[in-house]
Amino acid sequence: MMHLLADSSGLWNTLGSDLTIDLHIGEGFTAIVNFMQAHFDLFFTIVAAIISFVADHLTTFFNWLPAPVIFIALALLALWRVSWQFALFVLVALYVVIGMDLWPETMDTLGLVLAATLAALGVGLPLGVLMAKSDAVRAVARPILDFMQTLPAFVYLIPAVIFFGTGRVPGVIATVIFSMPPAVRLMNIGIRHVPVENVEAGKAFGCNGLQLLWRVELPLALPSIMAGINQTIMLALSMVVIASMIGAGGLGDPVLAGIQQLRLGIGFQGGLGVVILAIILDRLTQSFGDRKRGDGLFTRLKALFTRSASDDGNTHSKKAA
Amino acid sequence: MTTKLSVKNVYKVFGPDPKDAMKRVKRGETKDQIFAETGATVGVSDASFDIHSGEIFVIMGLSGSGKSTMVRMLNRLIDPTSGSVSIDGQDITQMTRHELIELRRRDISMVFQSFALMPHQTVLENTAFGLAAAGVARGEREQRAQAALESVGLGANSNSFPDELSGGMKQRVGLARALAVDPGILLMDEAFSALDPLIRTEMQDELLRLQSEHTRTVVFITHDLDEAMRVGDRIAIMQSGRVVQVGTPEEIVRSPANDYVRSFFRDVNVSHVFTAGDVARRDQVTVIERAGVSVRAALELLKRYDRPAGVVHDRDRKYLGTVSVDSLLGCVKGLGRRDEGKIEAAFLHDVPVIDKSTPLNDLLEPVAESPYPVPVVDENGRYCGTISRAILLLTLNRSEEEAA
Ligand SMILES: Nc1ncnc2c1ncn2[C@@H]1O[C@H](COP(=O)(O)OP(=O)(O)O)[C@@H](O)[C@H]1O
Ligand SMILES: [Mg+2]
Repeated sequence: MMHLLADSSGLWNTLGSDLTIDLHIGEGFTAIVNFMQAHFDLFFTIVAAIISFVADHLTTFFNWLPAPVIFIALALLALWRVSWQFALFVLVALYVVIGMDLWPETMDTLGLVLAATLAALGVGLPLGVLMAKSDAVRAVARPILDFMQTLPAFVYLIPAVIFFGTGRVPGVIATVIFSMPPAVRLMNIGIRHVPVENVEAGKAFGCNGLQLLWRVELPLALPSIMAGINQTIMLALSMVVIASMIGAGGLGDPVLAGIQQLRLGIGFQGGLGVVILAIILDRLTQSFGDRKRGDGLFTRLKALFTRSASDDGNTHSKKAA
Repeated sequence: MTTKLSVKNVYKVFGPDPKDAMKRVKRGETKDQIFAETGATVGVSDASFDIHSGEIFVIMGLSGSGKSTMVRMLNRLIDPTSGSVSIDGQDITQMTRHELIELRRRDISMVFQSFALMPHQTVLENTAFGLAAAGVARGEREQRAQAALESVGLGANSNSFPDELSGGMKQRVGLARALAVDPGILLMDEAFSALDPLIRTEMQDELLRLQSEHTRTVVFITHDLDEAMRVGDRIAIMQSGRVVQVGTPEEIVRSPANDYVRSFFRDVNVSHVFTAGDVARRDQVTVIERAGVSVRAALELLKRYDRPAGVVHDRDRKYLGTVSVDSLLGCVKGLGRRDEGKIEAAFLHDVPVIDKSTPLNDLLEPVAESPYPVPVVDENGRYCGTISRAILLLTLNRSEEEAA
């Protein structure tokens, strides 16, 4: 018995030394990157220019807006889409952000998240439509999406840094790529799950391909699409925070400082800022996925001021009568 | 009787290699055999039949017999593997994508089993769906959609959303959506199968009423014999992809083509199945469309169509009376040369009026005693058709055979 074991381990050693081939995966990757850097320089320059234009302007814009405007805008949105309780939460939460002296960082992050989300949706949603329409595209896209979703978040930072250096632009680009998969996936699923007879009805009443998409498939897939958008925003937020490692700025900075300098307090404040932003973005985007035909903002406001405090808060219920 | 839709040697094979499967079908292999050996499903096999203008043509068969596949080949939601489908003599299997879309927008529309309404659109928007796809301007399409909704009794619900309606109401919207484009052909795939029995009968009556107001060519799919008998002018019976028999309900009950067809009728006593309303529709009688029409004009009409008698009803098809050539002539004699005469004066008094729900057994006496075919009306007094002695005897005779 022992003899056999010793034998087999000897065998394994010889097998190991003779049969293991260094696949040079690392070198191969480097070669690809080098090749792309050498030949697609113009492409990367253009992408960088567009991204930095959008991201810079969005962050500048949010920082330029006076805080009260943002308070009011977000609170009204919360009142219209969710409930007056949530609107109240938004006001308190934003006040906490100001109290922590993290307002500029929060606005930076909001701008970066929006820029990255817009780009991710701009590419991801049409890709999802293609994937739903063609089994061939789906067959190719699916393993790639699986791969992208299993890759740890900060692995995305490496190629971004190689191609675009450090700073805001690579941060946003890494975020775009990292946050795109759910938008693609849920668009695909949403369209494929539209009931067969609805699609048939669309065709039977003379829709062409584009009409079918606009009048039947996208509206019926809307809850799924909105779930995808919601997930994309959430992923973008988490990635933007991580991207502060390569100098993207925003709420990731205090968190990073907390880790690197073991300053617990400032790290926690940064984390709290992220959570607040996450809750607001999450609830707001989720509300757009509801099929409910909510009352208009004006009705909500009127209800808020005409109804007494004994209101049970069920603002989803149909008219006050 | 003109042919509206003509189906010739149509096959549909689902699966990876339809050509190979087609060869096997032609060699005479059975559906099961082909499926076992190639994995291909023969949905429809060598179907041929003609559908006449203005009839309700029922396709009946057990689940999986190919009815849905068949009806979807009539507007090419499913492309036939081989064979031809012609509408008004034009082969739609040869149409380009563009021609096909035009055809669907103008000539042929569809009602679905699961209603297939768009949940994000109001009832009015849903009804206007086909018109919107065709690019009809908003004002006009909403007006036409509203008219279609009113014709199915949902004029007041145009701003509701589908999820606020009951099943029967939803299918009325489905019907209105199909009618709004004013199609020559209406395809209905198990349109009433998802409804409660009571609502279902109500919808069948609704369809017959709409048909009596504006005759269209209807292809009606069902797996239910009662429904087929109630609404069908003619019935095609499908058995595992093949059309095994086509004929009027009477013909099919009298001489079923095989045991499969016979099995549908095993538990059915036909004299119970049929009421006056069922028999009446099939008797084509010249109808004078307007009250207040002149005696001379009516006489002219009867002569032109070579009919001894005719029925008079108003614009809402409310039955007013029956006139005969003799009674009209009698009136004309009493008129001056210029005088046109009121038709009411020529109404016959010895023709009874029968309610459409009267069982056939109770019809014998009134029909036998009346000199002319007996008019049948619904509960609102609307004209449904007439019953002649010949038709009644034929029907009763058959049901006795069946009982024996
Ligand atoms: N898209 C499809 N792919 C494969 N087989 C199909 C498809 N559609 C229908 N079939 C098969 O064709 C046959 C006829 O189906 P169908 O026309 O739906 O029957 P029915 O409407 O009479 O119940 C069935 O055996 C069904 O399984
Ligand atoms: Mg079916």
